[in-house]
Amino acid sequence: MGNAITMQELLFSYPSQSGGAPVCVFDGLNINIEEGSFVAILGHNGCGKSTFAKQCNAILLPEGGSVQVFGLDTKDEALLLEIRRTVGMVFQNPDNQMVANVVEEDVAFAPENLGVPSEEIRRRVDDALRAVGMYEYRTHAPHLLSGGQKQRVAIAGVIAMQPRCIVLDEPTAMLDPTGREDVMRTIEKLNRENGITVILITHHMTEAIRADRVIVMSEGRILTDGTPKEVFTQVDLLKSAGLDVPATTQIIYELNRQGFDLPLDALSTQECAQALYAALKQTKA
Amino acid sequence: MLKDITLGQYFPGNTIVHRLDPRTKLLMTLLYIVTLFLCKWFVSYGIMLAFLITAIALSKIRPKALFKGLKPLIIIIIFTAVINLFYTDGRVLVEFWIFKITAEGIRNAFFLVLRIMMLVTGTFLLTYTTSPIALTDGLESLLSPLKKIHFPVHELAMMMSIALRFIPTLIEETDKIMSAQKARGADFETGNIFRRAKALIPILVPLFVSAFRRADELATAMECRCYHGGEGRTKLKQLRYHTRDVLCLLLGAALLAGVIVLRQFSL
Repeated sequence: MGNAITMQELLFSYPSQSGGAPVCVFDGLNINIEEGSFVAILGHNGCGKSTFAKQCNAILLPEGGSVQVFGLDTKDEALLLEIRRTVGMVFQNPDNQMVANVVEEDVAFAPENLGVPSEEIRRRVDDALRAVGMYEYRTHAPHLLSGGQKQRVAIAGVIAMQPRCIVLDEPTAMLDPTGREDVMRTIEKLNRENGITVILITHHMTEAIRADRVIVMSEGRILTDGTPKEVFTQVDLLKSAGLDVPATTQIIYELNRQGFDLPLDALSTQECAQALYAALKQTKA
Repeated sequence: MLKDITLGQYFPGNTIVHRLDPRTKLLMTLLYIVTLFLCKWFVSYGIMLAFLITAIALSKIRPKALFKGLKPLIIIIIFTAVINLFYTDGRVLVEFWIFKITAEGIRNAFFLVLRIMMLVTGTFLLTYTTSPIALTDGLESLLSPLKKIHFPVHELAMMMSIALRFIPTLIEETDKIMSAQKARGADFETGNIFRRAKALIPILVPLFVSAFRRADELATAMECRCYHGGEGRTKLKQLRYHTRDVLCLLLGAALLAGVIVLRQFSL
């Protein structure tokens, strides 16, 4: 499979607030994201995660280097709509990305903009709402839904464009645990069943574990990149970047420092419990 | 307390009045208002009242809800009635001190009150039976000829529907800010009107800041969903005129014509 997003020698800076020298965000960033993969991006605040997201669908344009989306160069203005249609984006606050005051009208917003005929819009809206499990709520007003439901509607609004890639910028940051789980399941389902490439920017380690690949960013550079197991076993590196590790890794890491010899890549609660059980049995014997 | 605002309230339903095309309802309201102002005497008012009552009955809107809409206007109604009662020249019936009441005054006051009440009730019937989104769609479609003279019709309709969409969100936010300020000892209930107005500043400032932030995020989200103005846009629900719309508009035209004829005979 080809690459969904390719960034080569990306340069980008923001004008500084106080009028001084511009603040450099990316200074030669190189990233390849494979089509059909589920990538989590981690990093503390201000490391360039959101700027990275906005580079993926030409909301921001590179100052140097290039960003290619399924082979389309984001600098080419003629391709703008095609790029935005191909890479959908979901933001943190569900309230601030809803346009209409009926759920189905909101989901229809993107296809309406693209000039899709009415009957086709109807079909896409129904399909998108079913895919996120919000079909029964299609005639509700968005402000009466819970946070998790609103965020799923926002995802449906993006799916209605039939994108090949979805970028989610901390979609669960404002949700309660139930809403967070619903959103995560929806994302995983879209990735597995519909083959949509997913880029999930998150603060939650438990969410990052569920991805195929984790990229840790720090100061606009890639700190480490690999499968969740490869990344989270580098506890010292992550801590030096001011990041947490999953609670399971933390337990095993602390125990190992006390002289135990447990596998550090036991990431899921299940694996961790198994490893602890085996260790306890051994010490008893 | 803020949840009681009845601005643009809509009662969902599936009656014939609800199902009429929003453009028909907008045009009918316009026709109704014009006709109402041409009415002269009991006969024409009677016909219009019969039309209004039939429309209300068909819409199954509780009359109580409509009277609730009239409540804030009571002062204006009384005021215009009193002015008309005392300041119309004509055959004097009662006279005391500097006031005199004339037969024409009583007549004018009565019809004016009737006219205002019918006007308000009629327009409320429009907003009660038409969802805000249908209303803006209808308005956009009706005003679309103005696009030729570069009037931003689509932008106006978009602005209206976004404003309507954010009213509940901002009300919720205001409630939250008020609670937060109250928790810090802010006092909104006591003092004279100036003190109370001043007490609102700590609510309005954060509200405006947050509204601007929301607007910024919404604009980015809209761009991400390929919004690029009204050009080449399609609609999920296409507006279509049905037979009932044609019949309704014919009725409206007939009412107008009838009242104009009756006017010639001062009826």
